[in-house]
Amino acid sequence: MHYDLNTIWFVLVGVLFAGYAMLDGFDLGIGALHLFTRDDTERRLLMNSIGSVWDGNEVWLVTGGGALFATFPNVYATVFSGFYLAFVLLLFALIFRGVAIEFRSKRPERWWRQMWDVSFSVGSILSALLIGITMGNIAWGVPIDANGEFAGTFLGLLKPYPLLLGLTTVALFMMHGAIYGAMKTEGELHDKLRRWSMNSIIFFVICAAILTMATLLYVPRMAERVKDHPWLFSIVLVNMLAIANIPREFYHGRDWRAFLSSCATMITLMALFGVDQFPYLVFSQPNPENSLTIYNAASSQKTLGITLIIACIGVPLVITYTACIYWVFRGKVKLDRASY
Amino acid sequence: MDVVTLARIQFGATISFHYIYPPLSIGLGVMLVIMEGLWLKTQDPVYHQLARFWTRVFALTFAIGVATGIVMEFEFGTNWATYSRFVGDVFGSALAAEGLFAFFLESGFLALLLFGWDKVGRKVHFFSTCMVCLGAHFSAVWIVIANSWMQTPAGYHIVGDGLHARAEVTDFWQVVFNPSTVERLAHTICGAWCAGAFLVVSVSAYYLLKGQHLDFARKSIKLGLLVALVVSLLQGATGHISGKGIARNQPAKLAAFEGLYNTTSNAPLTLLGFVDEKNERVVGISLPYALSFMAHNDFHAPVTGLNAFKQEDWPPVAPCFFFFHGMVGIGMTMIAVTMLGLWYFHRGSLTEHRWLLWILVFSVLLPEIANELGWFAAEVGRQPWIVYGVMRTPEGLSEVVQANVVLTSLILFTFIYFLLFAVFIYLLNDKIQHGPHQDDLIPTGKLALPEPLARGQK
Repeated sequence: MHYDLNTIWFVLVGVLFAGYAMLDGFDLGIGALHLFTRDDTERRLLMNSIGSVWDGNEVWLVTGGGALFATFPNVYATVFSGFYLAFVLLLFALIFRGVAIEFRSKRPERWWRQMWDVSFSVGSILSALLIGITMGNIAWGVPIDANGEFAGTFLGLLKPYPLLLGLTTVALFMMHGAIYGAMKTEGELHDKLRRWSMNSIIFFVICAAILTMATLLYVPRMAERVKDHPWLFSIVLVNMLAIANIPREFYHGRDWRAFLSSCATMITLMALFGVDQFPYLVFSQPNPENSLTIYNAASSQKTLGITLIIACIGVPLVITYTACIYWVFRGKVKLDRASY
Repeated sequence: MDVVTLARIQFGATISFHYIYPPLSIGLGVMLVIMEGLWLKTQDPVYHQLARFWTRVFALTFAIGVATGIVMEFEFGTNWATYSRFVGDVFGSALAAEGLFAFFLESGFLALLLFGWDKVGRKVHFFSTCMVCLGAHFSAVWIVIANSWMQTPAGYHIVGDGLHARAEVTDFWQVVFNPSTVERLAHTICGAWCAGAFLVVSVSAYYLLKGQHLDFARKSIKLGLLVALVVSLLQGATGHISGKGIARNQPAKLAAFEGLYNTTSNAPLTLLGFVDEKNERVVGISLPYALSFMAHNDFHAPVTGLNAFKQEDWPPVAPCFFFFHGMVGIGMTMIAVTMLGLWYFHRGSLTEHRWLLWILVFSVLLPEIANELGWFAAEVGRQPWIVYGVMRTPEGLSEVVQANVVLTSLILFTFIYFLLFAVFIYLLNDKIQHGPHQDDLIPTGKLALPEPLARGQK
């Protein structure tokens, strides 16, 4: 393994997408759970628990996309044009969940709120599903021709394995969202969210177990590096311990530590994905020689260097003030005049 | 229709819709900084009420801006993949920088601006408002850098050939400060300020007409008109500088703007008219010598006509002429309207001139339409190039995306955006009808007391 600019950027793009999953993941999770409660106040509390942060969280996706465009333009071009319909659907889903938060509580009518509640929830679930399906296709491999263009179809993206990964992502985000929700609410709603957390942990663990078996059986490529370097198995162990730790922290009433465990679960999953994917960005199936790697799909060394400087200035700034803002809004969410 | 046309229509439609909102965010951002600053300075609770009311409007425009903005970033990849491969090395860094420096700042501090009223002190809240405003401006900076590079590419060289040719950065600062960046940025930002100021003017004029919230409306319209006049005048100045830049960097574009076919000395500027493309002439009223002056600061200098270029390199002449003149005409109207408004306001008789108030109510459309026409002129004037002089628009298309797929997404986008626009207008009207809250005259929470007192109480 070389520690060159291409590798650094492989890791950084991974960090940006992991950041997106960890942050917008709970927004999408809250959205996925939204319709499970029928009570208007509870729905408002759930929506307001993410109301102040969702657009900042979505910026991780925008920045991740921008970073991919700048550092691996061939991947950006091939994947975005190849997955055209899937990405257009993702855009619609993200648009609806975003504006629904802003629009929902602006009018008191039942039909109005019901309409945006459904938009919010369906938009969130569909976003999570499509993000998962995209990851699933990257893991499974997609047909790439000799010019580096996508050679498949939209329906070809909907194979069982990517669908399974999509479902697992929905489960993961639901778990993450429920835990975040529990951390941000109190009283009856808090107890409700703790129960949902437990249910969604079970849902996630079942999905993850099936996915792991499917990966070992049908996508052995995605387990090879861990197989060859047994010390990497520690990531798997940390992942398992992090999941197991969530009910434990809940039992002790330490909701925020349960949330951190959930974050650790996501980071380790992303790390495993990255470790086994390296150095491929888009694996070509059936012609592996056409794969897009961190070398043949990258920008020039000069650009990788410039963008690294930009990231070194920008990322610490972003993390500092994001942390400050989360600190200001710490504690349980309450409805007031400014709320949605 | 072929896939090039469809992809262009889709990009044009989605960017036009998106571009209703960011200028409002940038302009309202400035207005919010002014209002909250005045509140901190004068302690007058009406300014607090102003800031609270306009923050709610800001939130509405911002949400749609974010939701439709992410579409733009995706579309480079989905519809213009070959372009993306070709320019990623240069163009991508600007987009990444926009996310990192602008969007995070804007959306992060937006949380404090919208929901932090009772949670943080006055100074911290004012700081957040300033950061949101700054973030909005940074987003304009980076996207205009990227777009200007497409107009006047610099600081790059072409590596490889055929399918594998691509532009690579040689000098980052030349990319950032390419020949048209600064002047186009100034012009774009002034346009955005106009949009914000005129929205404030429009809503306040409505209240004056209805005789509602008079205290609020008077303070609001005064601020709005003052800012609107200053920036409309500035807009004229930056437009002139931009015009000279186009004459220098993209003479074919300028010739199309003016429908000028033959290179002409003492060239006149058309005030009102249309292009007769068949006979290669402009029919209308024109101002002698003015084009020569606009392009070269010299009443007699020759201005290059379209015939100096190969016809395959011409932008579509009649649309460019229409967009450009529409923009200029509206710009002049904006100056006139604000001058008139301020004059009567100063004399204290604005409320007696109901016809003028009605004009002011609808004046919000002026900067919005001018902003759109300005972008149309800039982008259609760049044709037939996607990167000026380097890559033609059809060459930038995604190889694997079929026309029927683009048609499908185009229809869906159109449908969804019309829906969003209807809801936006409905909710905006709802907010305007509802008016400013009387409760907002009494700041609550930590905002209630000056900073040291609030801290002492804790």
